[in-house]
Amino acid sequence: MNSILETAVVECHPASVPDYTPVAELRDLQLKRLRAVVTRAWQQVEHFRSRLADRGLTPGDIRSLEDIAKLPFTVKSDLRDTYPFGLFASVMKDVVRLHASSGTTGKPIVVAYTQEDIDVWTSVLVRCFAGCGLHRGDIIQIAYGYGLFTGGLGAHYGAEGLGATVVPTSVGHADRQIMLMKDFGVTAMCCTPTYFLHLIERAAELGVDMKELPLRAGVFGAEPWTESMRKHIESMSRIEAFDIYGLSEIIGPGVGCECRQHDGLHIFEDHFYPEIVDPATGEPLPNGTEGELVLTTLSKQAMPMIRYRTRDITMILPGRCACGRTIRRIDRIGRRSDDMLIIRGINVFPSQVESALLQIEGTLPHYQILLTREHGLDQMEVQVEVTPHMFNDKIGALQGLHERLQSALDHVLGIRVKVSLVEAYTIERSQGKAKRVIDRRTS
Amino acid sequence: MKIHQLSLFAENKPGHIAAPVRLLAQESIDIRALYLADTQQYGILRMLVSDWQKAAGVLEARGFVVKVTEVLAVEVPDRPGGLADVLGALDGAGINIEYMYAFPYSRGDQAILIFRFADPDAAIWCLQAAGINLLAGEELLKN
Repeated sequence: MNSILETAVVECHPASVPDYTPVAELRDLQLKRLRAVVTRAWQQVEHFRSRLADRGLTPGDIRSLEDIAKLPFTVKSDLRDTYPFGLFASVMKDVVRLHASSGTTGKPIVVAYTQEDIDVWTSVLVRCFAGCGLHRGDIIQIAYGYGLFTGGLGAHYGAEGLGATVVPTSVGHADRQIMLMKDFGVTAMCCTPTYFLHLIERAAELGVDMKELPLRAGVFGAEPWTESMRKHIESMSRIEAFDIYGLSEIIGPGVGCECRQHDGLHIFEDHFYPEIVDPATGEPLPNGTEGELVLTTLSKQAMPMIRYRTRDITMILPGRCACGRTIRRIDRIGRRSDDMLIIRGINVFPSQVESALLQIEGTLPHYQILLTREHGLDQMEVQVEVTPHMFNDKIGALQGLHERLQSALDHVLGIRVKVSLVEAYTIERSQGKAKRVIDRRTS
Repeated sequence: MKIHQLSLFAENKPGHIAAPVRLLAQESIDIRALYLADTQQYGILRMLVSDWQKAAGVLEARGFVVKVTEVLAVEVPDRPGGLADVLGALDGAGINIEYMYAFPYSRGDQAILIFRFADPDAAIWCLQAAGINLLAGEELLKN
């Protein structure tokens, strides 16, 4: 553990100053910015103006931060329905960048940035990296995808803004990633946690000992991951693993990030105002209560998002972080309300399967959920790869393992699932986000 | 006295035994004994090979999950009652057998029994005390 003094020295990047704004001052700033962004969206975005009109509201009705609850939510389908530019609040000549989601169905989600937006985005990522103890002199390899996806370019600009040396590898080509990590003396990695697990596995096959690399930090995001995955990553390498949060609709990565206390993710709430609401009713929930995270961009120019429903389930952590930052924290995100699978009428989250597997194994084996429909009934199969750690050459011991997995899953999920032990490396490895669920049910 | 046996996890599907066996053939590794323990869904392929270290390395490099366990090889006369005598000695001493399999010896009229014991040292002592011949690894596995 570093002393507080040492941590303070490492983190004294000028960009981090807003992290320590006195709370009253922060709330004043937030209210001022909220009123400005609502006014801007009302003036520039027809879709938003008509939604306010439906409720008989004008921007003048926002007199306190609590009044935010009067405003209508924005949901993902609003972005789809107004494709491509319907929610823009800037004219195109002021837009310097467009990003788009990969959109699993139909048209993608398009997001836009003015130069000012890019500068804010860079500044929040600098605050993320500084909070992770990174600084000028670090060599940061960015293995998030570069392109329309916000991950690669977002992290790239942030790492450059920090003054670090950037190695923009993008995702894929694991052998080359490992070679460069080693040859360039990379000190920090940015990628999805599952991709880093893949790199750990591949490095072992190539005979590269991650523990002998100068790598000391990993900034992992773009998908939910668990404490056990953190322990596993940290035991296989010398890195300190940080959880970073963001979404394209708000800005991309850098909405929030862990500091070295690893006690929740600080939200850069001078730019992104967090609320937690009941996912069913939309009613605001108090700090310390789990619900759906709703974010409002307080300073975004090109595409303000007012009360955007993230579908991420978390809570605002009560109390102040030991690091001294005044900006609030959210709990690590374990699940998304739209990850939910409905199987024979029962709600199931892939994260529940993960926690059951972790209970039995201590580490997370590769797994995949396979959904099919037989005779009109949903069937759920969980395929688990047998690792050297799990494998025992007595059939009874394997059957015992099988039964323990079966009963842990039955217990956690509340429904009967089929558990299959499969050979190592038979489940496809993710190059980016983990494909945990294959749904072959035809409706 | 103890012999290194390789065990592989294999799904109970067509072709899943052929792949590792073919791999060993390519590396000119001889399979001296083989036994498959299976359930409906998966099985364990247990093998004694001519070079267990090389075989384990080759299989692991191809992503197979391999476990090396120590087993004992007991030589018995290939005649009615041969096995019963050995088991009798073990039963008498209260030695627990985790699993076993047998194969005929290519030389002479002996059969080889492969045992995995929970406590191999106790088993060695008991078998030797009963005058039963245990084979060293080299003797059994070399051509």
